[in-house]
Amino acid sequence: MTQQLSAKEPTAEQIAEQQIYKQMGVSDSEYELICGFLGRKPNYTEIGVFSVMWSEHCAYKNSKPLLRRFPVTGPRVLMGPGEGAGIVDIGDNQAVVFKIESHNHPSAVEPYQGAATGVGGIIRDIFSMGARPVAVLNSLRFGKLESDRVKYLFEHVVSGIAGYGNCIGIPTVGGEVMFDDSYDGNPLVNAMCVGLIDHDKIQRGVAKGVGNPVFYVGPPTGRDGIHGATFASEELTEESEAKRTAVQVGDPFMEKLVMESCLELIDSGIVLGIQDMGAAGLTCSSAEMASKAGNGLELYLDQVPQREEGMTPYEMMLSESQERMLFVVEPKDEAQAQEIFDRWGVICAKVGKVTDDGRLKLFHHGEVVGDMPVTALVDECPIYDKPSAVPAYYEENAKVDTLRYPEVTDLGGALETVLASPTVASKAWIYEQYDYMVRTSTAVRPGSDAAVVTIRGTRKGLAMTTDCNGRYVYLDPEVGGRIAVSEAARNIVCSGAEPLAITDNLNFGSPEKPDIFWQMEKAVDGMAEACRVLDAPVIGGNVSLYNENAKGAIYPTPVVGMVGLVHDVDHITTQGFKKEGDVILLLGNTKAELGGSEFQSAVHGVTEGRPPELDLNVERALLDTVLAAIQQGLVQSAHDLSEGGLAVALAESCISGGIGAQVNIDTELRHDVALFSESQSRILLSATPEKAAELEKLISERSVPVNVIGRVEGTSLVIDINRASALNKPVEGLKQVWEEAIPCLMK
Amino acid sequence: MRFAVLVFPGSNCDIDCYKAVEDTLGEPVDYVWHTATDLSAYDCILVPGGFSYGDYLRCGAISRFAPVMAEVAKAAEQGKYILGICNGFQILTEAGLLPGTLRRNMSLKFLCHDAVLRVENNETPFTSDYAKGEEIVVPIAHGEGNYYCDEETMAKLKANNQIIFTYASNPNGSLNDIAGISNEQGNVVGMMPHPERAVDSLLGSEDGKRMFTSILKAWRDRHDAAVVR
Repeated sequence: MTQQLSAKEPTAEQIAEQQIYKQMGVSDSEYELICGFLGRKPNYTEIGVFSVMWSEHCAYKNSKPLLRRFPVTGPRVLMGPGEGAGIVDIGDNQAVVFKIESHNHPSAVEPYQGAATGVGGIIRDIFSMGARPVAVLNSLRFGKLESDRVKYLFEHVVSGIAGYGNCIGIPTVGGEVMFDDSYDGNPLVNAMCVGLIDHDKIQRGVAKGVGNPVFYVGPPTGRDGIHGATFASEELTEESEAKRTAVQVGDPFMEKLVMESCLELIDSGIVLGIQDMGAAGLTCSSAEMASKAGNGLELYLDQVPQREEGMTPYEMMLSESQERMLFVVEPKDEAQAQEIFDRWGVICAKVGKVTDDGRLKLFHHGEVVGDMPVTALVDECPIYDKPSAVPAYYEENAKVDTLRYPEVTDLGGALETVLASPTVASKAWIYEQYDYMVRTSTAVRPGSDAAVVTIRGTRKGLAMTTDCNGRYVYLDPEVGGRIAVSEAARNIVCSGAEPLAITDNLNFGSPEKPDIFWQMEKAVDGMAEACRVLDAPVIGGNVSLYNENAKGAIYPTPVVGMVGLVHDVDHITTQGFKKEGDVILLLGNTKAELGGSEFQSAVHGVTEGRPPELDLNVERALLDTVLAAIQQGLVQSAHDLSEGGLAVALAESCISGGIGAQVNIDTELRHDVALFSESQSRILLSATPEKAAELEKLISERSVPVNVIGRVEGTSLVIDINRASALNKPVEGLKQVWEEAIPCLMK
Repeated sequence: MRFAVLVFPGSNCDIDCYKAVEDTLGEPVDYVWHTATDLSAYDCILVPGGFSYGDYLRCGAISRFAPVMAEVAKAAEQGKYILGICNGFQILTEAGLLPGTLRRNMSLKFLCHDAVLRVENNETPFTSDYAKGEEIVVPIAHGEGNYYCDEETMAKLKANNQIIFTYASNPNGSLNDIAGISNEQGNVVGMMPHPERAVDSLLGSEDGKRMFTSILKAWRDRHDAAVVR
């Protein structure tokens, strides 16, 4: 059976002699293992199947030991990592399903399709669980918005996300984007999808019931995306452009039809198992479904709908053509399933059968063209514990004095500089290209701390956000990891919601480098600790390694996607100041912490020193207190202090509210530090004069540091420090600077 | 009064239209599949937004050939109320039930934000609950909302008071700031903004509600008149 089928394909012998497996990312020792599992040398199709199943993207072979450090359980967790997406109970027989996934490498070479199919893929992960997708978010990183190449990537990634999400009719409600040289040539495109499901509708990707038919749903398979999973598991080089064919092409219209028909199929109650064909296409979905059921699977490749003539088994198994699903029903239900797909005009073909021999067997033109043990494919990929070493830069940064630059005295000018930094500036240029309102549930739109989507038929809502400051993680991965989770939780709480759980996207450089592996290790430790203290387990996620360019690795960027539960829509809170006369309170302590700050980058052009410290117990107390205050109806507005510190938070609350503020800060810090320090665990609240005292009392009683710093009033942001004027700018002018920054750069 | 919400492959504001009728009016409403060949049970037909047939070829260009569209034309002739929103507006122009066409936004980008509309004509079954000249907030979300027609058509639109809504601040390059128009008889309206997204203050605006209440009122007036006769 190991005979070759296509004249173009090398024989098993040639693969061994010429070490062709290496081109597929399989090492010598891995090749030996594969031969051992098969009891012979793999043919071209088989080595292709193994190579994608054993890629980092599918097997997490370099990250698994780290992922085990995350807390993944909790009283509300209905499904943790391992399936298409994690699931968390939200009461009333309902649950929220969510996951984040990267499409970094495809987007680096073909930004529109790379980003679009990233969105399409994550949406499939959600509806394959049986959930109705209700929102998508994203997290993006680009180089500085200066070169034509970066602008091109940025513009087309945004268009790709818009093109897919808008057409399929799922609102893109939130996200984040940062611009920094470290992402030059290797942008990050992470997409997150959130869905709603009733408990009894939860699906799993299992090939249950020996003898049951296996169906393929979706458009025909083409030659696009072959070896995408392997492509995603290596560094980008100048040759990457030549791998453009590895990038898939998306069709959101088709996915809309596949989604509606699959949800109808699931609703009918006849599905035994269903899984999407994502990375590694037919290979991964069939092997994983068989593995989870402890069964085997036969695939009849002649029955696979094909877009092109003369496709080989290798090509069909490795294609990453989009919008495809695999499902299993009992033979008696075949006709009912077929009727649903016929009505939606979606192709549905019987392509296989569940077997009891634990093997993935491939048939083509009446011959066996592949025969592999399922467990070897799914569970036996070697796991590597990579060496880790503390990088020299980390030691050096300990010695950096972040106050070594002379004090900036033009604080108003500095505020404008920071507001005009694309990382801080208004993102309306981006999100106005996204339909963030379709499905009419978006109660808090993009631009506030977290987006909020209401749940029809209830008083509840879901708050959602994506966060990560790669600069902090670079300067100190453990603290940066802690901050990423904490900031997400702060955003959720400021919106009036209780944090439920997170999904994470670990974007790092090459794990082969000890410095990089150290970053991964430390960042995961910091995140895991934060998840434990803040009661937000990790219910799923994605790992994207080898994010490097000619200049080296990207900043370590473990993006956190968090979802929270709004118990009553009356708790929904936004960042904008609401009313003249409202009292402004600052919670938390401000220290001299400029390391990794936006001020340091925008004003001094450096990223150095240690990032702000973060005590998780302090953070927890702050979050519990603010949530309690919001739920008791004491809060008018809430805004987390992050990039740009107090000055930017005040400016954003003024701009969003269309109103000014008069504040005084009593401090012993240098004035520029007082305004732009990015000390953690700080939140800006406002309250009506009637409720301010009660709010202050509640906060003090819980031992959270609080200062009444001023009032909402007028049309300017007026900041005094130690009772002397420090900054006075009309809100309208600040708004203009903040709003025009990105459109100006993109003109 | 019974409402139909048409569903084409790729419609995605069908649910929102359905919910808006249900929540605002509490009148019966059904989803009606693009293959339907009988709309006689319905008094008002909503052609929803979305990306019918993926917007392939041209927005609305394929949908106009759906079997249900012949029934929509029949219903229009019978004087029933037909409201096309966003992609629905595009479909109605492609089907020739409304004059003109929708071109790509001037910025060549999809645009989603609140828009301030001016009610130009409140003497229609769709707008009687508004004051003439009133400014209302209704969101837009489209890539091809730039209304265009020839001069002769524009002259007719003006002469017959067929311009129903205009934008206070033109977002997309539409001729004469047009946001929504009617046919000559006034029973078919197409508009790019989404009134069904503006029926709940929690979600931003309630200004779209009165389109639905206006339709119900018009139907009741006509219905009562028929009963009395």
